[in-house]
This record gives sequence, structure tokens and C-alpha cells, in this order.
Amino acid sequence: MAVKVIIPAPLRPFAGKQASIDVSGRTVAEALDALTGRYEGLRRHLYADGGRLRSFVNVYVNEDDIRNLEKAQTPLQDGDTITIVPSIAGGRTVSGAPAEPATAASLSKNEILRYSRHLIMPEVGMDGQLKLKQARVLLIGSGGLGAPLALYLAAAGVGRLGLVDFDRVDFTNLQRQVLFGTPDVGQPKLEAARRRLSELNPEIQIDGYEVRLTSENALEILRPYDIVVDGTDNFPTRYLVNDASVILGKTNVYGSIFRFEGQVSVFGAPGGPCYRCLYPEPPPPGLVPSCAEGGVLGVLPGIIGSLQAMEVLKLILGSGDPLVGRLLLFDALGMKFREVKLRKNPDCPVCGARPTIAQLIDYYEFCGVRGEEAPEPAFTVPEVTPRELRERLNRGDAISLIDVREPHEYQICNLGGQLIPLGDLPRRVHEIDQAGDVIVHCRSGVRSAQAVDFLRKAGYRRVWNLKGGILAWSDEVDPSVPKY
Amino acid sequence: MLNLGEDLAQRIRAHAARSYPNECCGALLGRDSAGSREVQDLVTLENFRQDSPRNRFLVRPEDVLRVEKVARERGLDLVGWYHSHPDAPPQPSEFDREHAWPWYSYLIQSVEAAEPQRMASWRLTDDRSRFEAEEIL
Repeated sequence: MAVKVIIPAPLRPFAGKQASIDVSGRTVAEALDALTGRYEGLRRHLYADGGRLRSFVNVYVNEDDIRNLEKAQTPLQDGDTITIVPSIAGGRTVSGAPAEPATAASLSKNEILRYSRHLIMPEVGMDGQLKLKQARVLLIGSGGLGAPLALYLAAAGVGRLGLVDFDRVDFTNLQRQVLFGTPDVGQPKLEAARRRLSELNPEIQIDGYEVRLTSENALEILRPYDIVVDGTDNFPTRYLVNDASVILGKTNVYGSIFRFEGQVSVFGAPGGPCYRCLYPEPPPPGLVPSCAEGGVLGVLPGIIGSLQAMEVLKLILGSGDPLVGRLLLFDALGMKFREVKLRKNPDCPVCGARPTIAQLIDYYEFCGVRGEEAPEPAFTVPEVTPRELRERLNRGDAISLIDVREPHEYQICNLGGQLIPLGDLPRRVHEIDQAGDVIVHCRSGVRSAQAVDFLRKAGYRRVWNLKGGILAWSDEVDPSVPKY
Repeated sequence: MLNLGEDLAQRIRAHAARSYPNECCGALLGRDSAGSREVQDLVTLENFRQDSPRNRFLVRPEDVLRVEKVARERGLDLVGWYHSHPDAPPQPSEFDREHAWPWYSYLIQSVEAAEPQRMASWRLTDDRSRFEAEEIL
């Protein structure tokens, strides 16, 4: 059979610089034999030792790959065209690269023992455990959510775990941040976390970033990781993590908690919505209190963080139905899970068809807050310092001391003032003597400033705010008063 | 000698950084005339090695045909390929050599921690025994 062989450009120097050559043969093998018989130099590029076609040499008869026909024995007819098509492969030498888990292609004996309960499940097995070992996961925040996340992901054998946190461990963390112990108080969280996690699993790599995540450093920090996990407690960072993940094409496993309720979802997955599809705009500053202001039941971050960790494992293993396009809501008091469907917003400014945000912005400005501190009151009110208050009390001045906190806070500690919670003030304002001096306090001085403003508008002239509240009183006057 | 303008070099560096920690790959289109080779355009390609994209790249034969067609339409030749070596130098690996074709330029862009580093170009010797460096202009 007379057929034509099309020679790819790289082989033409070995075929008399011709683009096609006419040969004859009854099968592909015979035709290629005839070709390499005439042009000996082609042989070593087409055939490996042992006479088999090299894996990256693809042979088509007319339109069909001979692998789908009868391979080298594919019969030929007069006028057929044989096309030799390269596939191109390559890549760096694994052994030559620095020892990093991402390139590890096998498990040691110790690792096989350690991960035995994964390995015996066919849904994970050796392949799945190697995926975990090669995975790179970045945790933003090592607080309430970050603690169970870091512990479970390290234990499960995620090969490279990045942690971003610039805080130090304090006593109020220990009620829920189970990554830390009492001796860690005062230490940088990253140091304490690294110690605990390498005790738990010395086989993994832990990267620490002791910085605040900002628009300037976020892309650089996120880029080396496959999956980003949002364990932050504030809106500016949450929007920053979302936008950076979308821009880099990373999946973002989101979780948030407040008092007795939590949310989990998976954002930025291919085809799925992002955080901005759910919440295009942040709430007004101060509307949603942080955990430091509103409190949180200790086990709650353990539950939500563990759900996030489970989603991370599923995403790495590629199994199950991740929470893409679904928002899971957890109510601890009712002990109920609910689920709402999320749709990708086609007009989303970050992940929509025509995004208007292509680079990171100023997220503090976007969320209407500067820094993490409580927003400055929009008004200024007269203040007294804790020392001035003590002097006036010691002198025996007639002062109405008003405590505008909640009753359960009053039970924790108090300065002996009259308890009128801020919300009750309008109704109970007549209880306060309008003629005398009034000093108002709360925990940190924010709520009491609002109370002072209210009282001045209500006609009180001699009214002051206790600067820094009970916290400052404990620091400057009476350390026996507990801080909370 | 491989003549690669700064614009195209910059596009290769950006592609490598964007794909980090995975390997990126693409095709070099240009003209080849005795002894000198000029790259005039790039085609960026998807890396089909889903199993180990961090240290392997693969361009499927249908994509090679597609790239050749694009080159023909622009009156250019497919003169070579580029790929990145994440966290590794731009030297060809043994795997690169085993899978290489003669004649093509193999340009390798090293990228460490998402930062583009050096690039180098290589040609396979006719006896397949090794790569020879090809100077980039």
C-alpha cells in the first residue's frame, strides 16, 4: 500500500528536510520500518531501546490515533496518511529538588503506621494519603477556628501547613484555643503552635508568617498554597482573604462564629460563589460585635473549625460533596444544622463575569474601620481617669457612679456603682440625680461614652466618662479587680 | 542562539509565577534560519498533568497539532517549548532529556517561592545523549 508519512518539524533534519515522505507497507509497523530503513537517523527518536515506539511519539492514521486502532499492526490502505505527532513532556528532577513534602511520592514506614487508619479505608488509601502529604494548606489565624484546624490537619498528614498570626497567647484565649496551654501565655502564638504541632506530627512542614495579613503581602503569602482556610474574626481580613483567593484561583474554606452560632462554606472553588456573592458589602462598623465584645461559647469554634478541617480533607482527596454553593448554619443552643443554597453572583465585583476588583484594595477603609481597635466614638465626652476617680472617692465627694454594663458582667466584678444597662438608660434615666456629679463606666469605656453623650443631651451638665473603664481601673488603681 | 525579546521573556516569567507551585508550559512560535532562531510569539498552554503538576508538564498531541496550526496561520514555525521548574534550577532534568525531541528549543524558567529566577534554553543533541545550552539573546 502506498501511503504518505507526515514528518513533524523537529524530525525533518533527520528525513532529508522533507515535510512528507511516500513509503509503502501493509501495516503501520511496515511503513515506519520502510521509513527508518531509508532514514536511519529517525530511528532513535521514534523508538526506545527494545524497539517500542517512545511514549511521546504519537502516530495517527488519517484522523485516528493508532492506540485506538490496532496499534503498530493497524492495516493501511492506498492513499492513507500517517502523521507523526509529538507530545511534549518534561519537568524538574524530583530528587534534585530541596526535600519538601510537596514532592514526596512515597510514605516511610513510620508514616504508614501513623496514617494506618486512613490507609485501610479504600476511600483514602495510599493515593489519598500521598495527596494529603503533597497538599499545601494556609490557615489565616490560629485562634478559635485555627486551633482545631491546625491540630486535625497536622494529625491527618497535610504535608505543608502555613499559619498566619501575629498575636501572643493570652489568658482569655485558653477557654477555646486548644492549641495552646497555660505555659504558653505571653508567647507568640506561632511559636507555641509550631511547638505543639511538631510534637503532634514531626513528619510535616510548618511555615509561620508572623505578620498581619495585608493587601500588600496577601498575594505573596497565599500563592504557594493550594487551599486557604479563613479563621479570621474581623471583616476587613475576611474580605481580603476572599478577594486574594479569587484573584489567585485558590479555594477558600470559610468559617465564622458568634456566641452560639456558626457558619461554614467553601468559596472560590471553580464555578462556585465567593464570600462577596453572599455578602457584597460589609455590615456597618460596630453592628456585628467581635468575639471579644460579644463572647463565644468555648466548644463552638471547635465544632466549626473541625467542619472546616473536614472540608479541607475532602477537597484534597477529591471525595464527597464539599460545601460549594452551600452555606451551612449551626445553632448550638437548638443543636440544629441548617443549609442554604448560595448562587454565584454573575455581577460579583471579584468573581463575576466582568470583575471590577482586579487587585487588592484598602479593606479597612472598605469596612469603615481603622485597625482592629474598637471604633472611636463619633463624639467626644468629658472624661476622668481612674486615678482621678479614686481621689474623688477618697475625698468623699458625692458622686453618682453609674455602671452601664449588663447584669451578668456586674456579677463578674464591679466598682460598687449603680447598675443601669445602656439599653435601659432612656427608661431609667430619672433614677440618676440631675443636680449632682455623675461618673459613668463600662468595661472599656465605649458604651459609657455613649451613655454620657445620652445624658448630656438629656440635660445632665456634670457628667463624666471613666476613661478605659474597669479594665483601666484594674491596671491603674486596683489590680484585685479581675479583667475579662 | 535563541532570540527572545524582553516582552516575551516577561510573559514567560509572569506565566511561571502565576502557575507556581505548579509547572507551566507553552509553545514558542517564530522563525528558524541557519544558526539563528527568533521567537516572535507565545502560546500559553494548560498543563495536563493533573496527577503531579508540580514537577511534570504534558502537552497532548492534539494541542501540538493545534499550536502548529496557529503557527501556520501566522506564517510562523513552532520552534520550541517553554516550561517552568518550580523551586528548581533551569537545568533540564533526566526526565526532560528522555522525553525531548531534537531540533526544538527547550526554554526553562526557574521559579522559587513564586518569584521568577533565571531562564535558560536547551537543545537536545542528535544522538539524544545530552542537552546543549542555547544562548538566549
